[in-house]
Amino acid sequence: MSGNGASGRPAPISLAFDAHGRLELRLPDGTVRPDVTPVRAFPLTAPDGSVSLVGRDGRELHWIEGPESLDPGSRDVLAAALADRDVVPRIERILSVSTFVTPSEWRVATDRGETSLTLRAEEDIRRLGPRALLIADRHGIHFRIDDIGRLDARSRHLLDRFL
Amino acid sequence: MTQDARIPTEPPLAPGERVLGRLEIDFDPAGRFAPGELLLTERRLLARTGASDGWTAVGLGPELRLRVSDHAGVGTLELHGPRARVGRWRYLMRRQEQAAEFADLARQRLAGVEREPEAEPRCATCGSALPYAGATCRECEATEVADTAPATWTLFRLWRFARPYRVWLAIGFVLTLASTAATLVPPYLTMPLMDDVLIPFQNGQPIDVRLVGMYLGGLLAAALLAWGLGWARTYILALVSERIGADLRTAAYDHLLSLSVDFFGSKRTGDLIARIGSETDRINVFLSLHLLDFATDVLMIAMTAVILVSIDPSLAMATLLPLPFIAWLIHLVRERLRTGFEKIDRVWAQVTSVLADTIPGVRVVKAFAQERHESDRFAAANQRNLRANDRLNRTWSLFTPTVSLLTEVGLLVVWAFGIWQIAHERISVGVLTAFLAYIGRFYTRLDTMSRIVSVTQKAAAGAKRIFDILDHVSSVPEPADPKPLGRVAGRIELRGVSFRYGNRTVLQDIDLRVEPGEMIGLVGHSGSGKSTLVNLILRFQDPATGSILLDGTDIRNLGIADYRRHIGLVLQESFLFFGTVAENIAYGRPDATRQEIVAAARAAHAHDFILRLPHGYDSLVGERGQSLSGGERQRIAIARALLIDPRILILDEATASVDTETEQEIQRALDNLVKGRTTIAIAHRLSTLRQADRLVVLDRGRIVEQGRHEELLVVRGAYFRLHEAQARLAAAQFGPGSGPEADEPPAAADHLGRGTS
Repeated sequence: MSGNGASGRPAPISLAFDAHGRLELRLPDGTVRPDVTPVRAFPLTAPDGSVSLVGRDGRELHWIEGPESLDPGSRDVLAAALADRDVVPRIERILSVSTFVTPSEWRVATDRGETSLTLRAEEDIRRLGPRALLIADRHGIHFRIDDIGRLDARSRHLLDRFL
Repeated sequence: MTQDARIPTEPPLAPGERVLGRLEIDFDPAGRFAPGELLLTERRLLARTGASDGWTAVGLGPELRLRVSDHAGVGTLELHGPRARVGRWRYLMRRQEQAAEFADLARQRLAGVEREPEAEPRCATCGSALPYAGATCRECEATEVADTAPATWTLFRLWRFARPYRVWLAIGFVLTLASTAATLVPPYLTMPLMDDVLIPFQNGQPIDVRLVGMYLGGLLAAALLAWGLGWARTYILALVSERIGADLRTAAYDHLLSLSVDFFGSKRTGDLIARIGSETDRINVFLSLHLLDFATDVLMIAMTAVILVSIDPSLAMATLLPLPFIAWLIHLVRERLRTGFEKIDRVWAQVTSVLADTIPGVRVVKAFAQERHESDRFAAANQRNLRANDRLNRTWSLFTPTVSLLTEVGLLVVWAFGIWQIAHERISVGVLTAFLAYIGRFYTRLDTMSRIVSVTQKAAAGAKRIFDILDHVSSVPEPADPKPLGRVAGRIELRGVSFRYGNRTVLQDIDLRVEPGEMIGLVGHSGSGKSTLVNLILRFQDPATGSILLDGTDIRNLGIADYRRHIGLVLQESFLFFGTVAENIAYGRPDATRQEIVAAARAAHAHDFILRLPHGYDSLVGERGQSLSGGERQRIAIARALLIDPRILILDEATASVDTETEQEIQRALDNLVKGRTTIAIAHRLSTLRQADRLVVLDRGRIVEQGRHEELLVVRGAYFRLHEAQARLAAAQFGPGSGPEADEPPAAADHLGRGTS
């Protein structure tokens, strides 16, 4: 069984951070592209799946079908770059809500620490399956709740008033 | 809000070092939420990120580059040295104005430019930059909505609308007092009826018919009086509240129409419709029904309390004491119900949104054979609705019995205490009967009264949403002292015009002069700023810097409606209002004669197809009317513009949404329209600009080239590339040689030379 099968051929590219903290892409032909942005193709339904590497002009330079095709070093670099770029805090607890009428200001505890968000309207809460939610803050940050059932009773109670 | 009171450690400023700019940052380097700040001084950038309370400093120098970017609600400010990044700070996008401001200042420091930090107009409350002095601050607007809970006092602001009716309100109040008092007479009369007639009769005395007649007459009179007064009061107050609601609605709509176009861009249509339609109605119902009932109830309770105390203080205490407790219990249950009802409202909205989604798209659903899938989706939403209802019904079904139970318990207390007092001969049977009669009315009102909290909240929320509109100041202000606009020649001049949206610069340093009668074509990629430029000329928005002049006068000094009257606009998708064809053509000049309308339609090449419609010029078009094709609608729009005979004409992709054949017909109509007018045309298809005297090529918000078609082709610059790309596309679409642009260069050069006409 050869490692270079027709379909599962690992992409011979590599990724690294340059001194400017930007992602640097080395293509199979040896050319190096600086300042590359990784973009998840399905950030919600398959966050660990395909990633497109986009150049400064907004054009795709390389398509990574799955990060597992990369060498371990590049994979870590990619994971770090993605984690840094996509700030999607996971809500662990809802501490308080200013009012049950929107717009409403929420204090939340997330995996990135405590912060507040403003819910502009109930429609800004998007259902991702039966138990997961995506909550859009009016200034653009998206907060996730992976499993409503795992929230504590008070958070669930507060949240329920908006669902 | 920018001046944070609690700074943990003082920034390590050198003696004489001045802070020029400040930016709050929200993340620590690891990307966790942590408040920090960034200060800009003459020579350094000082940063404190939440993790450590210490400050780090970066010396400024010309070799450094500042980069601002944002993604998914997080803004990033990076400082790059020649070889490596020297700093990176991240903030929430709600600070984007502040950040753009900070970056501007920092860049100037890097370049070594001296500048007074307070030179630009600034918002008095939050300090962020304004497009011009006195403009509404976008930042404040955003935060204002965010941190105001719908306080009940918003309802007091309705006084502004109630004032004109204050005499009627006063009469209504007096009537309320009188009618409430009248309803309290009958229970009072039960007392003598019982003590002076019935009890003596049981004790063997004959009934005094005259006395009975008097008491019964009194009962009837009181009932009739209460009826009459109640009618008058309800009628007058309903009349007044209906007028208040109507005034509110008109005021909100008028104000809405005066707002600038970008306000509408940021709001959903359905939301605005709801605010003006149902919210005003909700307030109306609140004023005429709930508030009135509540006021009556309060009056009644107060009066009853006085009467009861005057009859027998101790029994009055026993009667009134349980009241607050029972009211509180009812309120508790109500609250639970309310959240349940709100939930049902939201779930119901989900059900209807499935319908709203699939019914217009039914052709797609059927074509892809997804009826099953859609049916499942609907069933799922319906199921959720059912579950929410089931849950609510558990409490709901308990509610009425609970109220009755509490009422009975309350009456039981009165009975028990009353009997005990009668037994001790402290009160008569009549007094107890009167108490029971009074208190019975009380309890039935408690349920309605407990509702007041939630209805008031709802009405306050509604009032707030309406005042949101009323408080919004147009970002395109009407000048205080507009200059009169005489005969317009039509010379348009743009001087150093820049425009930015948040931190994104859309237009930069545009200088452009369009002579009277000249036609220019605006060309560029989508997003190059063409539409923004046109919006600025129409004064849908005002430039951040620079000015736009019409015949040498700044358009900000002209009355808005006065100025726009001289502009004809034809858009990509022409909007027809519901009405006849003639009304639509005469939209800009409702006083036009039939002859003028027909003449305009002829010039717009619309006459023939209009006559083919079932009722000619009287055919109904628009949303519920005759459906017209894109090209037909477009020609009506051209006729509309022709009829007002404007000096200035703006064509925004006027032929983009029609096929090539229709395009030629519209082009002929446009040729009539353009003649002799200052015209600014945007077109994606370059071939439609063949008539233009001059083409202006925009790229990323700047004018990069200007000139005639042939001249620009020769330069082989941006226009050449655009042209090539379209020629290739046309060739690919229509096959070699058949597209209108495939054999472009010689042919185009031919008809672009407009001179000989």
